[in-house]
Amino acid sequence: MDKTPGTSRPVRFRGGGFAPRPLGLVGALVFITIIILWELGSRTGVISALVLPAPSEAYVAFEELVRSGLLWKHLSASLQRLIIGWSSGALLGVLVGVAIALFSFARAGLVPLVSAIFPVPKIALLPLFIIWFGIGEGAKVATILFGTFFPTVIATYSGIDNLDRSLVRMGQSFGLSWFSIVRKIILPGALPAILSGFRISAAVAIILLVAAEMIGAEFGVGAYILMAGSLMATDQLIAGVAMLSCMGLTVAWLISRAEKYLLRWRR
Amino acid sequence: MDLNIQSLGHYYSDLEILRNINLDVPAGQIVAVIGPSGCGKSTLLRMIGGLEQPTSGAVLQVGETPNDSLNPLTYIFQDFALLPWRSVAGNISLVLEDHKLGSAEVDEIIENVLSRTKLGDFRDAFPHQLSGGMKQRVAIARALAVRPAVLLMDEPLSALDSQTHDLLMDDLIDLWMREKFTSVYVTHNLSEAVHLGHKVVVMSRRPGMITEVVDIDLALDTRKDHPELLIEYQQHLWNIMRDEVRAAELELVDG
Ligand SMILES: Nc1ncnc2c1ncn2[C@@H]1O[C@H](COP(=O)(O)OP(=O)(O)OP(=O)(O)O)[C@@H](O)[C@H]1O
Ligand SMILES: [Mg+2]
Repeated sequence: MDKTPGTSRPVRFRGGGFAPRPLGLVGALVFITIIILWELGSRTGVISALVLPAPSEAYVAFEELVRSGLLWKHLSASLQRLIIGWSSGALLGVLVGVAIALFSFARAGLVPLVSAIFPVPKIALLPLFIIWFGIGEGAKVATILFGTFFPTVIATYSGIDNLDRSLVRMGQSFGLSWFSIVRKIILPGALPAILSGFRISAAVAIILLVAAEMIGAEFGVGAYILMAGSLMATDQLIAGVAMLSCMGLTVAWLISRAEKYLLRWRR
Repeated sequence: MDLNIQSLGHYYSDLEILRNINLDVPAGQIVAVIGPSGCGKSTLLRMIGGLEQPTSGAVLQVGETPNDSLNPLTYIFQDFALLPWRSVAGNISLVLEDHKLGSAEVDEIIENVLSRTKLGDFRDAFPHQLSGGMKQRVAIARALAVRPAVLLMDEPLSALDSQTHDLLMDDLIDLWMREKFTSVYVTHNLSEAVHLGHKVVVMSRRPGMITEVVDIDLALDTRKDHPELLIEYQQHLWNIMRDEVRAAELELVDG
């Protein structure tokens, strides 16, 4: 080997990457920067108050909402619909997804149905839901339920389809019961896919919640936003939108926590 | 309990995989099965364990299965087949949970098999934290936990590096010396076959038939002391197999 100086050099490092690290502060920094720039823009007149109210004005509107005691009314109405609709939609979705993945008959019969109904905007069906379930809570919850059901079904059965069959054979070779195989091998194996399905279905649920509340509700974040919009109270509108974003962030955070705990076996 | 395989044949759609396999697996013996790649060894083993049904013929269990056996025919897989979301102890308890044992008894069995496979310190580790050799030890511990009458092993050591491979092979020999288990041991490795097999079954290329059964009349624990004899057996097996392997290779090339 030639060892004269000048011809020897370290091997160029080309590994690394493809492994995102958690950088929690960066996300917060992005939000703060945007809000500060926005506020500065409004104060200096670059952003006209007619076009977009300053964040501080939206905050005042939000404080007003807190002081009047209406915040809790709107929020609790929305959260109740969201929780009932999403959890029943997700539960039914997982059950049907498992059935599709495990039984040929369910697969043959239900997959075309899912493909046919999934792309229909559920909000278009709201009038039907109102006839079926009444103008009150029923129709709104049903809208959310249907909206979250389909993405969950698809996430569940494709998660199970992708599972390594050799683990199922292992279970059979040790004489595990059918029920044990489903509960201890198939469901935990599909859990990563099911949880990422939950991420999507939770966002869908918030979208549908607002849409349903805009069509007919006395209380709810969606009703608040609609009211603000019809009064051209853009400060209240922004406050309402910010509440939705906070809901989205909270849900995403909860699912991340669940993933961290439930999927701690992944390297 | 002995196993008796009677004129077993198998097709995958039109493709004949196995033809007229007749084989005895006497209790307390290790039967090694070797043959060219794709000759149907794994398929045969799946049939012996009841994971697949042969097109013709049958696999018979002869004699009483031991009373205390929870799963008489038990596999050890080449790829370990451990559940990544369960710890070492959890993977073992998986195969005990369906048996209505008390939790004290389950704990006792787990302790016992972990110490027999020298895994005592890794009870709570997850599979991804273990090396390949340790994963296979866990799989062996799991198999021992159900007190099998027959161990069905499909290339259990092929995924391991050669040092780990040799260590684990010695462990299997020790284990057999202590427990005299019955086993069908599928392998590619002629040295494994002559070290572990009481008899070695040589299969032909597809359709897999039994070409020859070679008895090795040497106590398992003394084989290490007679390397020249083992080499001789190994050479003999290779002579039987060589043409088959070559032909199998060509077959793959031809499509
Ligand atoms: N489920 C299946 N459907 C169709 N063909 C199969 C199936 N499983 C195996 N085969 C075919 O059967 C033949 C025997 O396969 P098998 O896995 O039993 O061989 P093997 O002797 O174990 O090979 P290796 O030594 O490479 O593990 C191969 O040609 C394979 O392609
Ligand atoms: Mg094989």
